[in-house]
Amino acid sequence: MTTPPSFLTAEMREQAIGTQSSPLTMEVEKGAIMKFAEAIGDSNPLWTDEVTARKSRYGGLIAPPTFLRSIRIERPELPFDLPFTRLLDGGSDWEYFQPVRVGDRITAKNEMIDLQERVGRMGLMIIMTNLITYVNQFEEVVATQTNTSIRY
Amino acid sequence: MSNQLFWEDVKEGSELTPESHQPSTRQLVQYAGASGDFYEIHYDKDFAIGNSLDGPILHGALKSAFLGKFMTDWAGPLGSLKKLSCQYRGMDFPGQVITAKGTVNRKYQLNGNCLVDCTIWLENPSGQNTTPGTATVELPSKGDSNG
Repeated sequence: MTTPPSFLTAEMREQAIGTQSSPLTMEVEKGAIMKFAEAIGDSNPLWTDEVTARKSRYGGLIAPPTFLRSIRIERPELPFDLPFTRLLDGGSDWEYFQPVRVGDRITAKNEMIDLQERVGRMGLMIIMTNLITYVNQFEEVVATQTNTSIRY
Repeated sequence: MSNQLFWEDVKEGSELTPESHQPSTRQLVQYAGASGDFYEIHYDKDFAIGNSLDGPILHGALKSAFLGKFMTDWAGPLGSLKKLSCQYRGMDFPGQVITAKGTVNRKYQLNGNCLVDCTIWLENPSGQNTTPGTATVELPSKGDSNG
């Protein structure tokens, strides 16, 4: 058996885990919610119909669950270069705490919480896990997203 | 609005009503614009093939959006989504029908909230589960006077 190729060292993992990118703030616009809802084919009146949403327990339009993906927060930069240029999204775990409303100012923070390597169908892959925390203008955490991405 | 589902009406082991989508490349471009994710593997065939893919693929986040819709439709206007997880195990291609499916795993009460855990996934036309996931929703109870 040949030894699988390896890139990551324990030292590199230690350097990378815990790094954070600069926070990014976005104001939630009504038009952005509606465009997003249309793009995902979701006509739920809570995010598309102002009159119905006004009468709902939210008192106005709110954003669909994955709308926060439109805050394009960067992943923290690694303290070393990866020998790969290709990227795939591996999946996300979302947790929701507060509704996201039109007019909210949401600040996203992105922290690298894990870094692993694996040998897959397409050769050596680096698996990054990032925790993205979304906070509104009242300092409430509205949601968290733990995202896995694959470099190959 | 749709008929509201109540926690008391949910049975463990029951199936959620499936929802199908057939996203076109045009919808992927629309999603790219709405989300700001303009990575070319989702709409540029040559670029996708150059990245060892068979052709443009769906954004993973669009697939999670389909699962989010699946759960918020099921939970109704008085329900709310608490957790949504999925992994993009298999690639999905524009033009293909993908169907969101799910089963009720567990119903329980926690800190006075009526919760339901579901196993959810997306199925491609060959019946393969490309996107396994889980979700937790809070549902209204018939006992809530403010329902």
